[in-house]
Amino acid sequence: MIAEAGHYALVLALGLALIQSTVPILGARWGDAALMNVARSTALAQLVFTLASFLALITLHVTSDFSVVNVFENSHSMKPLIYKITGVWGNHEGSMLLWVSILALFGGLVAAFGNNLPLSLRAHVLAVQAWVASAFYLFILMTSNPFLRIINPPLEGRDLNPVLQDPGLAVHPPMLYLGYVGFSISFSFAIAALLEGRIDAAWARWVRPWTLLAWIFLTLGIAMGSYWAYYELGWGGWWFWDPVENASLMPWLAGTALLHSAVVMEKRNALKVWTILLSILTFSLSLLGTFLVRSGVLTSVHAFASDPKRGVFILLILCIFIGGSLTLYAWRASALKQGGLFAPISREGALVLNNLFLTTACATVFVGTLYPLALEVTTGQKISVGAPFFNLTFAPLFVPLMLAVPFGPLLAWKRGDLLGAAQRLFAAGVAALVAIAVLWAWTWGGSTLAPLAIGLAVFVVAGALSDLAERTGLFRVPFGTAVRRARGLPRSSWGTVFAHAGVGIALMGIVCETTWNSEYIGSMKTNDVAHVAGYALKFDGLTQRQGPNFQEVAAQFEVSLDGKWLSTMKPSKRSFTTRGSTITEAALLTRGASQLYISLGDIAADGTIAVRIYHKPMVLLIWFGPVLMAFGGMLSLSDRRLRVGAPKPARVPRSLQPAE
Amino acid sequence: MTLWFVFAIMTAVAIFAVLWPLGQSAGVRNDASEATVYKDQLSEIDRDLAAGLIAAPEADAARVEISRRLLSAADHQRASPTASSVRIRRIAATVALVGLPALSMALYLPLGSPGLRDFPLADRTGTPSGSESLDNLVAQVEKHLEKNPTDGRGWNVLAPVLMRLGRYDDAARAVRNSITYSGDSSDRRADLGEALTGAAGGVVTAEAKTEFERAIALNADEVKARYFLGLAAEQDGRPEEAAARWRAMLAKAPPNAPWRPLAQAALVRVGGSVMPALPDGAMASAKDMSEADRAKMIHTMVDRLASRLKQDGGDVEGWLRLVRAYMVMGDRDKAKNAQTEAREAVANDTERLRQLNEGLKNLGLDG
Repeated sequence: MIAEAGHYALVLALGLALIQSTVPILGARWGDAALMNVARSTALAQLVFTLASFLALITLHVTSDFSVVNVFENSHSMKPLIYKITGVWGNHEGSMLLWVSILALFGGLVAAFGNNLPLSLRAHVLAVQAWVASAFYLFILMTSNPFLRIINPPLEGRDLNPVLQDPGLAVHPPMLYLGYVGFSISFSFAIAALLEGRIDAAWARWVRPWTLLAWIFLTLGIAMGSYWAYYELGWGGWWFWDPVENASLMPWLAGTALLHSAVVMEKRNALKVWTILLSILTFSLSLLGTFLVRSGVLTSVHAFASDPKRGVFILLILCIFIGGSLTLYAWRASALKQGGLFAPISREGALVLNNLFLTTACATVFVGTLYPLALEVTTGQKISVGAPFFNLTFAPLFVPLMLAVPFGPLLAWKRGDLLGAAQRLFAAGVAALVAIAVLWAWTWGGSTLAPLAIGLAVFVVAGALSDLAERTGLFRVPFGTAVRRARGLPRSSWGTVFAHAGVGIALMGIVCETTWNSEYIGSMKTNDVAHVAGYALKFDGLTQRQGPNFQEVAAQFEVSLDGKWLSTMKPSKRSFTTRGSTITEAALLTRGASQLYISLGDIAADGTIAVRIYHKPMVLLIWFGPVLMAFGGMLSLSDRRLRVGAPKPARVPRSLQPAE
Repeated sequence: MTLWFVFAIMTAVAIFAVLWPLGQSAGVRNDASEATVYKDQLSEIDRDLAAGLIAAPEADAARVEISRRLLSAADHQRASPTASSVRIRRIAATVALVGLPALSMALYLPLGSPGLRDFPLADRTGTPSGSESLDNLVAQVEKHLEKNPTDGRGWNVLAPVLMRLGRYDDAARAVRNSITYSGDSSDRRADLGEALTGAAGGVVTAEAKTEFERAIALNADEVKARYFLGLAAEQDGRPEEAAARWRAMLAKAPPNAPWRPLAQAALVRVGGSVMPALPDGAMASAKDMSEADRAKMIHTMVDRLASRLKQDGGDVEGWLRLVRAYMVMGDRDKAKNAQTEAREAVANDTERLRQLNEGLKNLGLDG
């Protein structure tokens, strides 16, 4: 009964979404309050039913009900409980159900906490949200139904892909989806603004928390996914420029641009039309990411053609929503009133620059990801666009962006003083130069670029701190006053500091890891010793162990530094009988922000093992940076105050021209 | 029945969610507007000024800008919602009351399986952890064999269990060991071939085929090997050869051989035809008849079976025999009809329905 009730709940959610997508819009057209309020109750009810459906699927997985095809194909009765639960979204059908559940969750949140929105705006937003939801409910029910049954249930399931049997699966997809789907709210707000034909600074105030929330989750989701790939895939890489990764990076780049342009809009009532476009593009890229990952087009264009039902359906959704919204934009955007003016050198100008770089970076990723697909479709030729392309295009875009980051917060609104800002960044510049000089001397004869890149990273971090010092008047006023001012500083300013510093720290990690990592690849017999970056690793032999649904062979390594014993590392290989596959579990030893990493290769019959041992200096900074960024985002989100961008008045009072 | 009751409650909740706001009086006011935001921004400036975050001239400039926005927002005030027209509300309510259940049922009925109960694993096995104990037993035997790998009898016991569990690679290894330690035999070779076929996802690989051929070399009547060699021929695109092999098997088979239906179904699949299984006595008398007489006799028997089943529908075996007979006679429509009738006849008894569906699946009809 649970299976069927879950199935029926999903069908009811579709019915409610269809009502929610039409009735409130008609209500807004006719100015009928009762009809507009239907949006709110249906959104909440839709949330209840979708969650019920999702919980039903979880229950089925937990109780190992193999009469459900989805459970049979992706579960196993001996799986540990946590993987029974996470296995729910470790497969296509379940992950789509998670997708719509989060969509319904965001709709429900707007309905529950959207009391500060004008009635007709809320009605429009929820209706647009319901259009998206209806399309995806239909997609799930028609092509990826997780509740289909088997009349003669088998006694055992086929187990989950072993690579996914990891705690990472519990966190990464939900985070990523919260990010992807969260941008649907800014999309709905943008479409609602276009439909209503009115948009102003208040709009940005209302969208702000939703965009921030989505951005925080997407940042954490991507970082989490990268760390997972790093320790699970056994290659020691943390970013592969793989299309699936790019699919999540594109919305992040566009979303970061959106976050910044929305600030301009809220504070200064400018860049309105551009912000709307970015909202549409960000969610479109999220949809594109879903399409790329879910249609099978990435495994091979041909795999897509052989089972086209799902792919074509998502492609259709994609065309309707992206094409439709862009058409609506082209049609209505000209009717929107332009907002405030500003000089090129100003905080607004800096944010425009930021937007230009981020969207260009996003475009290069877009081209690099889709060009090989397009080429394969049209000519059948298979090429792969990998790291060299992205490194060549990304670096030139990010270097000037990084240089500009510290300047932005120091410029005044409306008209800024570049020279003044540069003076205030003097200390940061000196810090960067010192870092470069020291590194150069230390690594004499090594990489030339790495110290420069580290210097850039130091400049970004120090720049963020100088902004803080500037605002609190540190070193200029008595310390006590500065602390009091720091406490009175809006939390959003603190958020900016943390987020910008996070960018610099991540850059530091990336440069250190790629330049100074060292590795040992070879085969080892018992009692052999490998030397990597000053560490001595002695191979002590193999042990066997029986896991809940796998058998494990672990190798034991004694790690010592300068003859002093540090720790024992146990990389292993696990064989899963049901799927007949073997995965490697890397062993990690964290020393400060650096890590030692051992991954096992083949094990020969005489006990000789092939190993890859890496020393990765400062590698943890790569993920600590995004965590800082997300923390900055959370600080900013927790700041419920209104944002005002006080413009710097011109020197001659007469030139205080109207801003509109 | 409970299920439909739950569905009814869920539908009622959904409908209520639509009707509730429609029933509210228009008194629920929502005066949120752009102007509210700008007024709050103005008071924010005063606070920032007091906290020393901005200087007085900047605060003044900001005040001017925001006041301008406030004025413009007041100019474009949204039309405040009017009282609802009763007619529109009624239409919306009707849509919810009729449309929601109709749509849900129209979508759910073709997709869902309302007749199927849940099968959580704990309820399904006789003992609370039946499958676990089976797995434990297997694990114990495997552990024992790891220590005593020359125990041929142990491998003999383990191999078929592994095969049942779908661990074909392990099963193949087990059979190989059993051949090594307790001697070669035709049935072990055939088992090995079967395990290899299972490991290849049902494809009779060259390796598997060699094993089946060895089995036949040891014992020309090894049934499993002969069946699989037929299958190999079918998979290689030689249906005539496959049919010939299976037909030869059936001709030699004792009438009550348990694998008869399987071979017959396989034969039907490749388009060969075969005489339906007849009771022993009838078989003897049919031997002396002419072709036409024999066909007539078969038809009479099938009709008799059909009419008996119309009265006593609970006989699953009988239904399966009837469907099989129709298929063998090349009458697919009648076979389909019989299938539907059979399902209706046993619909109230899940256990029999299960048996029936399993049987039908074996016959190559859709489950």
